[in-house]
Amino acid sequence: MPATETTAITAQHIVRRFGNFTAVDDVSFTVQKGEIFGFLGPNGSGKTTVIKMLTGLLPLSGGSASVQGIDVHADPEGVRENIGYMSQNFSLYGDLTVEENLTFYGRIYGLDPQRLRRRINEIVQLNGLAPYYKRLAAQLSGGWKQRLALGCAMLHEPKLIFLDEPTAGIDPVARRQLWDLLFDLSGHGITFFVTTHYMDEAERCSHVAYIYFGKVIADGTPDDLRELPEVNPSGTYRVEISAPHVTQALRVARTIPGIRSATIFGQSIHALIDDNLDLDHLRAQLLTHDIAVAEIRPLAPSLEDVFVELTFRHQAQQANQAAPEAPLA
Amino acid sequence: MLNPFRGFGAVFYKETLHVRRDFATLFFSLIIPILQMLLLGYGIDTNIRQINTVVYNADGRRESRELLDRFKNSDTFHIYRYVTNDHDLNDAIISGNCRVGVKIPVDYSDRLLHQMGAQVLVLIDGSDSSVAGQAINVSTAIGLDESLRRALASSDSFFPVEMRPKILFNPDSRSPNFFLPGLTAVLLLNVTTFLTAFSIVREKERGTLEQLFVTPVRPMGLLLGKLLPYLFIGFFELLMIVTAMRFLFAVPIHGNVFLLAFLSLPYIFVSLSLGILISSKATSQAHAMQLAFLTILPSIFFSGYIFPRETMPKFFYVISYFVPATYFINITRGIILRGAGWIHLWLDALALFAMGTILLIVAARRFHDKVITA
Repeated sequence: MPATETTAITAQHIVRRFGNFTAVDDVSFTVQKGEIFGFLGPNGSGKTTVIKMLTGLLPLSGGSASVQGIDVHADPEGVRENIGYMSQNFSLYGDLTVEENLTFYGRIYGLDPQRLRRRINEIVQLNGLAPYYKRLAAQLSGGWKQRLALGCAMLHEPKLIFLDEPTAGIDPVARRQLWDLLFDLSGHGITFFVTTHYMDEAERCSHVAYIYFGKVIADGTPDDLRELPEVNPSGTYRVEISAPHVTQALRVARTIPGIRSATIFGQSIHALIDDNLDLDHLRAQLLTHDIAVAEIRPLAPSLEDVFVELTFRHQAQQANQAAPEAPLA
Repeated sequence: MLNPFRGFGAVFYKETLHVRRDFATLFFSLIIPILQMLLLGYGIDTNIRQINTVVYNADGRRESRELLDRFKNSDTFHIYRYVTNDHDLNDAIISGNCRVGVKIPVDYSDRLLHQMGAQVLVLIDGSDSSVAGQAINVSTAIGLDESLRRALASSDSFFPVEMRPKILFNPDSRSPNFFLPGLTAVLLLNVTTFLTAFSIVREKERGTLEQLFVTPVRPMGLLLGKLLPYLFIGFFELLMIVTAMRFLFAVPIHGNVFLLAFLSLPYIFVSLSLGILISSKATSQAHAMQLAFLTILPSIFFSGYIFPRETMPKFFYVISYFVPATYFINITRGIILRGAGWIHLWLDALALFAMGTILLIVAARRFHDKVITA
């Protein structure tokens, strides 16, 4: 997968070791220009390490990567000129105003005064920061801090922006607004590399990869992933069962032959069942245990289902291979 | 393309804003050295005079009183009380009331009148070495002088050899003149090493350092941008200290005051660089504070500020060459007291500048090696 006109990031077999611990183990993926690439995984799985490698902060122990067509190893400075980065804690200076924070980051990127003023105006318009222009960053609420941090990361008009957990600790409205903004910018051809914990955010991405203890175990569009054969084993399908007492229903459901797995989702149960288990038969079986089912309907797997399924499979594979390789969970 | 000072202007701009916003901290760090100077300048007198002395005059006749008058007339001794037995004499010293005890034996006058040697016991509290040294010197001198006077009185001889010491540069031995130029070096640390010691670790704690590393800013640009605002502040503090020294304590400046101001820059620079290095090493602001305190004691004790470097054991003498304050104290005392000029002091300035540059380079290298991968 050589870097082409249309790729923003190419990672080929990248490896990062810390002593004899392998934090990133032979990871490859490609991000196309204009994508919103969601990079998911549990804490400590290597998400931030990958970002540090792609931004030239951490040397690769193996493999190669290029960002915006620039080799990360050969020219880390060049990479940093051409990307924006927003960290989890919105690295702003609380004792500086919105204007001063923007000016500082603009000058760091070497914008000349004219261009700096033009860009600040554009960003203030775009992010709606105008009313807070002269306010200290410390006095902004979480959502506005995040908008300012994003503004700081895009002053120099980068075509690729890394967002490390951009919505951690932000209220739902601000979260929604940020995503609207990302879609808007993405429409203007900016590529986003976003790490997140939220599955609903993952669903919004145009391309998703899931990293689990240093290995990428899923990579594709959300729809592609939902249709993976591993997630939808042949001879099975998924249903959503609505019942008044879900915990009790779950206990019973798990005893019924033909139900492969079952989990609670809010007021319902998501179950993977065999094709030959008839829905009417299932309803009757539950009724014999005093479970009056309100509704059963077929269901496409959610991304969460996908990641849970793939994680179990990955763990099983690991266990089948050499036992000492088992990750310290 | 690879400008090693990339980002300098931006960081300088930002740091200046930090300083202006946090005016209270700046004000206190500027005013505290001046307050310390007032306290120490008025409170400390390095000249030893008026040592409390207890006297047991067992003789009591004219000759013994003449000897005691000589003790009284020396500025060194102050006769605090008279006792009438050995026990009280000892007790006055043990209790700490008196540092020196003088016992004139009962046969003092008799022996002198009969042209025999007389002995006077001088007890000295050795718990303060400088007081003890001064007491020994002066009491010996009084004895010698008294002996000579008596010996010469019986003949028509004259004093064969007479020493005429003349103290250069500080003829009155005024303490502030000696004390304050050195103190300047120590006080400046408050607004140099201490202020920059927080500058980077604060960003580490806030998480903003991580952000800076993903920008094209280069370590040297970052460090110099952080250092320069404090160079101005440190320079301003120096001017305040020198002004207070000159006009509040009336310390005459024999050399060129502009040279003094100019040569303070390399010292301020090296102290700031040390603070930056501390900051890059420290894991928290509290940690940085502890490390900064570590720099103060060597600046006081190994710089020649209190103890002359010449009397240090070889090992510590060598160490003193690595203490920036050593060079700056030589500069301040040189210019203020001895009227030294550029030709006497350029080497000290160069040494300071070299040290500062090395420290800064070490700090910048630490950024490449440690902070980023941490």
